[in-house]
Order: sequence, then structure tokens, then C-alpha cells
Amino acid sequence: MTSIIEMNAIRKIYDTGKVQVEALKEIDLVVGKGEFVAIVGPSGSGKSTLMNLIGCLDTPTSGTYRLGGEDVSKFTRDELADVRNRRVGFVFQGFNLLPQITAFENVEMPLLFGGVAPKKRRERVQELLTRVGLGDRMDHKPTELSGGQMQRVAIARALAMQPDVVLADEPTGNLDTSAGGDIMQLFTELWQQGSTLVVITHDMSLARRAGRVVEIRDGRIVRDGEAAA
Amino acid sequence: MKRNLSVILQLFLRSARLQKKRATLTIASLAWGTVTILMLLAFGEGLKRQMTANEQAMGNNLAILWPGETSKPYKGMPEGRSIRPRLEDIDYARERMPELDAIWGELTSWRTAIAYGRKTVNGRVIGTRWDYGDARKHFPKARGRFINPNDQDEKRRVVFLGNEMAKDVFGPEDPLGKTILINNSPFTVIGVMQRKRQSSTYGGPDANHAVIPQETFKAVLGDDKLNVLVFRVKKAEDMPAALQHLNEVLGPRLGFDPQDTRVFGVWDTVKGQKMTEKILTGLEIFFGVIGALTLIIGGVGVANIMYAVVKERTKEIGVKMALGARRSWITGPFILEGLVYTLVGGLVGAIIAILIVTGLSYVPIEGNDALEFMGHPTLSWPIGIATVAILGTCGLLAGYFPARRAAGIDPASTLRYE
Repeated sequence: MTSIIEMNAIRKIYDTGKVQVEALKEIDLVVGKGEFVAIVGPSGSGKSTLMNLIGCLDTPTSGTYRLGGEDVSKFTRDELADVRNRRVGFVFQGFNLLPQITAFENVEMPLLFGGVAPKKRRERVQELLTRVGLGDRMDHKPTELSGGQMQRVAIARALAMQPDVVLADEPTGNLDTSAGGDIMQLFTELWQQGSTLVVITHDMSLARRAGRVVEIRDGRIVRDGEAAA
Repeated sequence: MKRNLSVILQLFLRSARLQKKRATLTIASLAWGTVTILMLLAFGEGLKRQMTANEQAMGNNLAILWPGETSKPYKGMPEGRSIRPRLEDIDYARERMPELDAIWGELTSWRTAIAYGRKTVNGRVIGTRWDYGDARKHFPKARGRFINPNDQDEKRRVVFLGNEMAKDVFGPEDPLGKTILINNSPFTVIGVMQRKRQSSTYGGPDANHAVIPQETFKAVLGDDKLNVLVFRVKKAEDMPAALQHLNEVLGPRLGFDPQDTRVFGVWDTVKGQKMTEKILTGLEIFFGVIGALTLIIGGVGVANIMYAVVKERTKEIGVKMALGARRSWITGPFILEGLVYTLVGGLVGAIIAILIVTGLSYVPIEGNDALEFMGHPTLSWPIGIATVAILGTCGLLAGYFPARRAAGIDPASTLRYE
């Protein structure tokens, strides 16, 4: 199995000037292609820091991180931006759609950054929004959509550049049970279609759908294994 | 590089489309600032040109010398002797001073009776040489002329009238070719001076006097002691040397020490013009600074708006960064926005200012006291360049700082759900 994420002895220290906070201590994590991994843990355990590192929004203090075979631990900001564009699709708890532009334009944004030609962009966006069941809502602005619909737009956006990994941070945390269920279903389908998913969640029903659960406490991985039944 | 530009442009167009109102207001404020600075500078420039023209209406590069008394003993003669040069002394100096463009003496008769028909007015009559006309800008109205060398040599009884005096004597009648009596001697009017706005004079405004040939003056009014002596240098910078040279030439002839600088009361107009020029340049700079400050306030306003926009869009910027936007794709649209607003605002302002200046140029100066003093507002290249420089600074200011702030945003911290 090809590995998409390879983290080796990753440490992350936040230096606030007076105190140094070690958010992650010696993390080793390998995620293979096509895996669905849930990362769980109490708040303050280092989940978000780990997510930022996996998503290349931040760089580790020490250790090596290979994403899709590229060592990104020493990349510059612009190189990291390119890596995020090509290899990572983000889904956030708060959706983080741009409020003033339409669903279509939101999904198009990563394609614009990725240098995809306008005609191809249009085809791709239509295909993605249809796939998440919003083929008829393309021209709606986020404010005109329900929470579940917004999250589906966000998922379509995350898939736009056919990333190596879809990284979701509490994707159901802001949704009611029914909408959350739909999103979980969508994630399961994506997994079945071959996507690599890393989901950070408190939601045990979502974690149970994942093939593998990684639990973090105090900046260390304390459990890594199949989801408990 | 090309891709960067294309992405920046597309992002800029998207945000501009969404922010029409803000764009309009920003552009309007910059246009206003531009109009202000251009009009201030144009008024300054117009004032400068008009005042210079007014001052030079008397003639330029002139020195006016009033004969007085010696202040040093010379060759056994005591100080305090009165020196009164005569016409032949001027000819003597002219032959020995090649650096001069012209030199003449003026014989003056104050309050002289000038009569035409039943009307008599008292006025100033000047007797002088023919070359006084050009040097002192006594340009004749149509069909007339100034005194010429023949008038002078043949002691003709001809007179050139200042335009105000002509009006006093003749009223609406055309004076050309008419005969008037000066001190009861008949003179033919050969020319009337064109109206001019004159801000510096000696003896009185040129419009109010009459000029006759010096030889005629001597014959009719019986005086050849010069009231004043005037010369014009070819090059302005020769003035101090020429003044000294004149003393050296006339001193031994008239009996005063060439080093005696108090014999003549001297008005060096070159010095005066330089001073005026300095004052006017200072005034222009002052206007420019006020204008620049106004414009910079506009620029700061724009920067402020953009700052607010950056703050308001922090999350958006974070999202864009997460989706793979490079640094320059975030900053580029802001800088472009600042520059485009300034450019368009500047252009609109420039067009408005040009229209105003062009409109004002059709308002006649003559008879309008304010304009006779201030002149027409005038736009010039230096004004244009200065404005462009200030606007450019504003544009960069308005774009750069907010952009830098935007670039400093840490995406990880903005994306967290609150």
C-alpha cells in the first residue's frame, strides 16, 4: 500500500515568548492511500496542531513529514500553498465558504489557484456539485443554503483538485443529526470510491465509520487501531 | 509569473465586481483630492505668471537711477555736492558701456497743461530717447507708433500718449493724428499705448503720462537736467557689474568718486524680480504642500478602508490560503486595487481640473480686478508631474500596507471554528 502521509518523530513547540508549549511530542503516523482515518482526542490534546501540520498550514519544529512522497517539512510558504492546492482538500467545521460568491465560484476557487483553464474549471465544478447532489444550486450563495448543503459545497471544493488526502476537521460538528448523517454517508461513499480521508472528530458515530482510529492525548498517540465496534 | 498575474487579475476583478459602491466612493474621494491639488497649483502658477507679467510690464533687466548728492570728497571737492547728469552724459556713457542693451535719461515735467479743444488736463510729460519705447514696453495700439530716431533728430513735435491720459484728454474720440497743446505748444499724437497691467512704476503708471522726444522737450520746456537715468543690461547677471561700471564712467566726468555708491539712488529691478520670483515660488510650494496633504488624506482614507477590508476578510484570506493561494495572490489584488483606484481617481480628477481651468480661461481678464491680479489658473508640466508623483505615492500607500497585513495572516488560526 502506498503511503500518502508519513510523519516521523514530529514535534511542534509553540514559543509564546515566556513559555514554550510542546503541542506534539514525537508523533509517528503513516496513512496509506485509500485509508479512512479518524483522529480523536479531548480538546487540548494536540488534534488541531496535528491537523494543521497534516494540512501543511504549519510546519513542524522538528521531524520529517512526507506528503504524497514529498518532504514538505522545510517548504517555503508559497511551496506549501502549492502543496495544499494540489494534495490537500480541506473540510471545516464552520464550512469556511466565501460568503459573497456563489457555490459554483467557491468550488472553482482551488481550480483557479491550480491554474486550470476556465473551460475545464466549469466542467469540473459542474461535475463535482452534481456529485454532492447540488447540481441545481450552483448559483446560490452560501447564505442561501442550509448547513448540510454548505458542507456539501465545501466537500465538493475539497475534491476539486483531486487531492491525495481530504482533511476534515469536525465536519459534522455544526450540523443537526440528519444533515450530519448525510455528510457521514457522503464521506463513506468517497472512501468507497477510493479517496484517502483523515477526519478529526469528537463524533464517535463518525469515528466508527472510519477504518482506523488514532487517539491523541497530551501530544502523543495513545491508541492506533481499527475502530471499536 | 504570467500565471501569477493572471490569477491576481482574476481575483481583483471578482472582488471589484462585488465592491462597486466602495470602489465608487474611493475613486470619488481621490478624484476630489486630485482636483484640489491641481486647482491649488494651477492658481499658484497663474498667480505667479500674472504677477511676473505685471511686474515686467515696466520692462525687464532695468536699473533706475535717481541722481542725488555725493557722500565722499573727490579731487578736492567736498561731499554733499548735487550731481545732475544731462543728456550728453548719457551719450557719453552709451559709447563706453557695450554691455548695455539701452540707456536713456528721462526729463520729467510734472503737472503740465495738456489741452485739446476746450479741455485741459494736467499731466506728466516725459522727454526721452526713442529706444525707451521697446525697453519700457510702450507698445502702440493699431496704426500708431512710438517716437523714432528721426523725431528725435529733427526735434519734431510729436507725442505718444499713455492710454489713460489719452482717454482723459480725448474721451471716446480717436487721438491719432490730432493736435494737442503741451505747455501751449502744438504736438501731433503719433501713438497711444496699449493697455497693460503694471504693478511696478517709478514716477507713476505709464498709462498716465505722455512721452515726447528729448530734444523737443529741451526746446519746449527748457530743461535738460535728467530727473532719472535708466539702463537695461543685455544679460540679467551683468547688472551688478554694469552699475559699478556706470559709476566708473560717469564719476570722473561729473566729478564724483566712482566708489561713491550713494550718488545715485538705485533701483535694481533684476534683484527685485528675483525676490518676487522667490516669494512666488515659495507660495507655489506652499500651495503644493497643502494640495499634497489633501491628497494624502485621501490616500490614507483609502488605506484605512482597505485595512478594514483586510480585517473583515481575514477569514476569507485564510480560506484562500488554505486552498492554495500564494502570498502574492493575496497581496496582489489589494495593491492592484489601491493603484487602480488612485489611477482612475487621479484621471477623473485631472479631467475635471482641466475642464475647470479651460472654462476659466474663457473668462476675460480685462476689466476683472481679481483676474488682473491673479491671472488665469494655469496647468503646467511640473504641476502634472508633481501630482502624478503624489498620487502614485498615495496609491502605493493605499495598497501596500493593507496588503502587507493581509500577507501576514496565519491561515491556521483563522480557520478554526468559533
